[in-house]
Amino acid sequence: MSDAVSVVNGAQFDGAVQVRDAGLVGMVTLRGDLDSQELAKAVKSAIGLTLPDARGVKAGTKGGVAWMSPDELLLFCDYDEADALVAKLDKALAGEHFLAVNGSDARASFTLTGAGVREVIAKGSPADLSPEAFKQGEMRRSRLGQVAVAFWLSAPDTMELVCFRSVGAFVYDWLCVAAAEDTLPEYFNAG
Amino acid sequence: MLILTCPNCGVAADETELSAGGEAHLTRYGAGSSDADFETYMFMRKNARGVHFERWRHSYGCGKWFHAARCTTTLEVFGTYPAQTTEPPAELIEKIKQKRPDFEGFSK
Ligand SMILES: [Zn+2]
Repeated sequence: MSDAVSVVNGAQFDGAVQVRDAGLVGMVTLRGDLDSQELAKAVKSAIGLTLPDARGVKAGTKGGVAWMSPDELLLFCDYDEADALVAKLDKALAGEHFLAVNGSDARASFTLTGAGVREVIAKGSPADLSPEAFKQGEMRRSRLGQVAVAFWLSAPDTMELVCFRSVGAFVYDWLCVAAAEDTLPEYFNAG
Repeated sequence: MLILTCPNCGVAADETELSAGGEAHLTRYGAGSSDADFETYMFMRKNARGVHFERWRHSYGCGKWFHAARCTTTLEVFGTYPAQTTEPPAELIEKIKQKRPDFEGFSK
């Protein structure tokens, strides 16, 4: 089998904040009834986490889980573990109405680090990124320019962002331009 | 600028994160209906100046449909409510009547 390579092959840009291709990330979409005990149990046993509340995202030692819509979760794991995770869910949820699919290769992941990560994203998204409105633990699906993205804070100064791989190179370029040195308004940090 | 709160995920979404779905609560006449009914469903819209009920999709967010009541002249948003209904909730109608005494209520 050929070696999988992430969208901009580990590229990194150091500007007002650092923009980094986060490499290959295992991502499994799980759709179903999020109120079902069986589904919660299956996620707990597969990834060791309880279900997040609406728009929540949490991480543990075996991976992470994000609430994407009233009937959709996104599970994170090691890239090589994604197929095994799907198999585990398929087994645990047999007979239930659900869908689990490995979407790892359909996505690109980026990590932004630095005090200005909120402002870099705010240049392209209408989401309220002020510290009062957007907090660690929230998964925000939105847009960046004209493409769909989802982002969340994994630490106060670290923003994780995922998008479709088909627009991954564009998003990387976009982020590098938005993160150019001396271009942040420092609006959120002004106080 | 229009900001609608999606009742499915709770995000106060900017208009640019949403897709407009046109007038809400249409009766969908299909196969077997009269030509007049089908024409009404297909072409005839209220095009209201004032209170209007609409369908919207949170396309850049949770992806789900919902309903919104707003004023087409001032862009005032009266409220949003789930897609799974054939008419606006009674309490929303009341709220609109208090703000707009001229409003006669929802009619198909
Ligand atoms: Zn929504």
